[in-house]
Amino acid sequence: MRTGTVAKIAALCALGLSFISSSYAADTIKIGAIFGITGPAAYLGAPEDKTARMVVDDINKSGGILGRQVQLIVKDSGASAEKAISFAKQLVDEENVVAIIGPTTSGESMAIKDICQSAGVPLISCASAETITTPVAKYVFKVPPKDNYIAEWIYRTMNAMGISKIGVIAANTGFGNGGKAQLEKYASKYGITIAVSEVYDADATDLTALLTKVNAAGVQAVVNWSIEPAQSIVAKNMAQLKMKAQLFQSHGFANIKYVEAAGEAADGIIFPCSRLVVASELPDSNPQKKLLMKYNADYKALYNEDASTFGGHAYDALTILKAAIESAKSTDADKIAAALEGIKGFSGTAGVFNFSAADHNGLAMDSVVMVTVKKGKFTLYQGK
Amino acid sequence: MPHAFLLQYFFPGLIYGSIYAAVAIGFNIIYNATGIINFAQGEFAMLGGMIASTLAGLLPLWLAVAAAVALTAMSGVAVERVFLRRIARGGVLKMIVTTIGLSILIREAALLAWGESVRTLPFFSGNEVSSVSFLGANFSPQVFWVAGATALIVAGLTAFFKFTLTGKAMRGCSADRDGASLCGIDPDRMVAMAFGMSAGIGALAGCVVAPLTQTHYAIGATLAIKGFTVAAFGGLGNSGAAVIAGLALGMLESYSTILIPEAYKDAVAICVLLVVLFAKPTGLFGSRAASLKEF
Amino acid sequence: MAGLKRYLPVLACALCAFLLPPLFAAANAAYLLTQLTMSAYYALASLGLCALMGYAGQISLGQAGFFAIGAYASAFISKSDPSISPWIACACAVLLAALVAALIGTPVLRLKGHYLAMATLGFGIIIEKIARGTKSLGGADGLSGVSPFAILPGLVVTGGKAARAANFSIAWVVLALGLLALVNLVNSRAGRALRALRDGEEAAGAMGIDIAGYKLKVFVIGAVYAAVAGVLLTRYDGSIGPGEASFVKSVRYVAIVAVGGMDNLTGTLVAGIVLNFLSLRGIFGKYDDAVFGLILVAVMLFAPEGRALRRAARAALAARTGRPRSAAGAPQDRGKGAAE
Repeated sequence: MRTGTVAKIAALCALGLSFISSSYAADTIKIGAIFGITGPAAYLGAPEDKTARMVVDDINKSGGILGRQVQLIVKDSGASAEKAISFAKQLVDEENVVAIIGPTTSGESMAIKDICQSAGVPLISCASAETITTPVAKYVFKVPPKDNYIAEWIYRTMNAMGISKIGVIAANTGFGNGGKAQLEKYASKYGITIAVSEVYDADATDLTALLTKVNAAGVQAVVNWSIEPAQSIVAKNMAQLKMKAQLFQSHGFANIKYVEAAGEAADGIIFPCSRLVVASELPDSNPQKKLLMKYNADYKALYNEDASTFGGHAYDALTILKAAIESAKSTDADKIAAALEGIKGFSGTAGVFNFSAADHNGLAMDSVVMVTVKKGKFTLYQGK
Repeated sequence: MPHAFLLQYFFPGLIYGSIYAAVAIGFNIIYNATGIINFAQGEFAMLGGMIASTLAGLLPLWLAVAAAVALTAMSGVAVERVFLRRIARGGVLKMIVTTIGLSILIREAALLAWGESVRTLPFFSGNEVSSVSFLGANFSPQVFWVAGATALIVAGLTAFFKFTLTGKAMRGCSADRDGASLCGIDPDRMVAMAFGMSAGIGALAGCVVAPLTQTHYAIGATLAIKGFTVAAFGGLGNSGAAVIAGLALGMLESYSTILIPEAYKDAVAICVLLVVLFAKPTGLFGSRAASLKEF
Repeated sequence: MAGLKRYLPVLACALCAFLLPPLFAAANAAYLLTQLTMSAYYALASLGLCALMGYAGQISLGQAGFFAIGAYASAFISKSDPSISPWIACACAVLLAALVAALIGTPVLRLKGHYLAMATLGFGIIIEKIARGTKSLGGADGLSGVSPFAILPGLVVTGGKAARAANFSIAWVVLALGLLALVNLVNSRAGRALRALRDGEEAAGAMGIDIAGYKLKVFVIGAVYAAVAGVLLTRYDGSIGPGEASFVKSVRYVAIVAVGGMDNLTGTLVAGIVLNFLSLRGIFGKYDDAVFGLILVAVMLFAPEGRALRRAARAALAARTGRPRSAAGAPQDRGKGAAE
């Protein structure tokens, strides 16, 4: 056969398949989701995907939204912006979804922000970049906590501990750079001196060289802003270097698997995150406790792994969307957007949400608590 | 800067350098036997660590590592037998594209088998917080294992090629394939062996650094690029030089942290690669004749 | 008439450009135009690579780097100073890519085989590092909010739904034009020189062909194709990220040329459209890369190389006419690719 013909024929057959679009009973509510289930953001995207499916199943079992079943259409973008764009257009133009949940990363969210805004389809992003909700776009919302809350909580704790000279290391990703920027912005407000501030390659397998440089600056604490695998590597490297500095992590550390990966080196790490990982220690009067305990239990039972705060973003996005649709009593985009803005006092995994026309994120400083690791378990940080 | 800290950069350099050297040695063995540059080389290091991480839960650690090395070696032979044997005479372009395709397949198979999460091995001695002090520098005892494994690989290979009949047969085959087969050496078997050894060495290196660096399905590509850089840096085909070049690159990357932002550390390797390719493609220790297939 | 047969693919592209939108609209499948538009631009970049790899025989693992140079440069210029006409921004971007190609091409193309592959790979990685590490280029999140590009009044490259059909036509007309240029190139004297170069560099040089000159020209042409694709796709998407410069993307372009048959422009075109279309529609879900690798390896193993067929044909011809078999056609020998 002529070169390439075999491949061409096979490809054309697959092409035929791709023209088939999913079709369901017209009575369902279609919600689109774009997650980075595989690829560099898989640590975030995979739990988001699992959570989304679990939540939609639950919603459907209890009668759906407005009496209609929910159909969740999940697309794996692999954290690639052009795929996110293509999938967003697919979800909007072809599937005519009521709203889109996700994407997982800030880069993708910014790439599709205009698409959703001009198409008039509500977007509830699971990514944290400031630019997603600033400037405010009528249909675009996000559910993770603001980076500056994380930074300020770290600084508050440092003040209480008497730490003033620190080193900042961050992964060279949108997440890492965003956090580093916030840390640098608020340092002087809290009287903190950043002696060394560096970015490292997100795939770095060993950070001893960088930590040696940080240690040489005589810092009292190190703040690491990244996701895995760097978080565990930093912890282990610091122990191996016998560094005395206190290690602070970002809210990316909120998954017990990372504690396991770091083993003994994880003990004593302090980091801010939502109350999800310390749900059992909350007083019964806390408005989030019940849903956090349920989410933890359900997720563990279904997937045989501990829930993480990233999965929680998908939980929040879906439950908030559900509340908005029910409050608007309609799936009309404008009504949903207005209803979203009107949501107040809504308990989610990341905190209690209070949206408004000017605030499409809805979280405040008190949505975050300081958590530490004791004997391989997360526990509320009580202070020295 | 206090000298203790200068010494401190030596140890990460040793770790990176060793794994680059091991991947480079793998490149060289296959290159010597077949003239192919196997872009899938980095995936063998990944497979070693991943397989060991699964077996470590079931077997004693040393057995898990040994089994991982053996299994990866076998998969190296399988790759050669099933895929590369057919296109051995197809031209450089086809070869490069095929081995790249293979590296993608192996990586995706690993994703399928192990998922996207990061995996780690228990430390061979001590644990995550163990630390050894030497002249003011602190490092994990695993570093001894890394250095030891590299030394073992080099010593083992030297002995193999110099003193054993099979080793000499492989060298004969590299030097002159037809002449060797006239002497009764089966070139196909030698090539299969080359792949097996290459894969096994990569796997051993992958296992021994896994406790420190952790492993996951996508680490193969970077390792392949850096391994090739080191192989070219030392001189393609010259494994002794690969060790020296590997350590040199490792040290360069580690010490460069003092001056340039960590984010550009990978750029150091690329710069070395480009300098080597443009200035002296035959590498530090290579000459045109020597680069043809000697250990 | 036989000579015109080679223009069939060009004609097909041009026809698709104008016939498919109304056809799809009638079938209620107009949304497919989105992925077909994006695929056309990626296929354009692959076509440029086909000329370099298939016809000139030079492998480049850095095509994504040129795509990114075009994409980022035009986006950056427009975002920094919106008063600059997009035409100027885009033209400058393509010019920049051509310049970079010309600059690095001379030293790089002196290398061969694996060394050339790694050098181009290194180039691609450096571009990606620059894109990812530079704040003014958006860092890891890239640049978004890139303004549309009005080629002519009323004919705008943009992602908006209203302009979907028009943009499909624009993309496929650009593709047709690009293909036309290459078809003419490979069938011209220059094209024959390229093939002589590919099949036996020393022999070609001995015949008086300016090897270095031809290699460089094709390298720059390949870079220009990638840059044009980058420029236009960025305007269509409205954004660009460092992922477009990655090694993975470069490998995809190479794989598409390989699957298409290496020196087969039509094959590259079809493979480029089909494979990218399937990927962008998410058909294979999380196995996208796996399927890609599988197709690549399968084609490499099972499809006989176009050149082997030609060599066999030449041998048969030589046997018939009694003339000695030509020495040309020996592929570069196994891996010993040191620079001369």
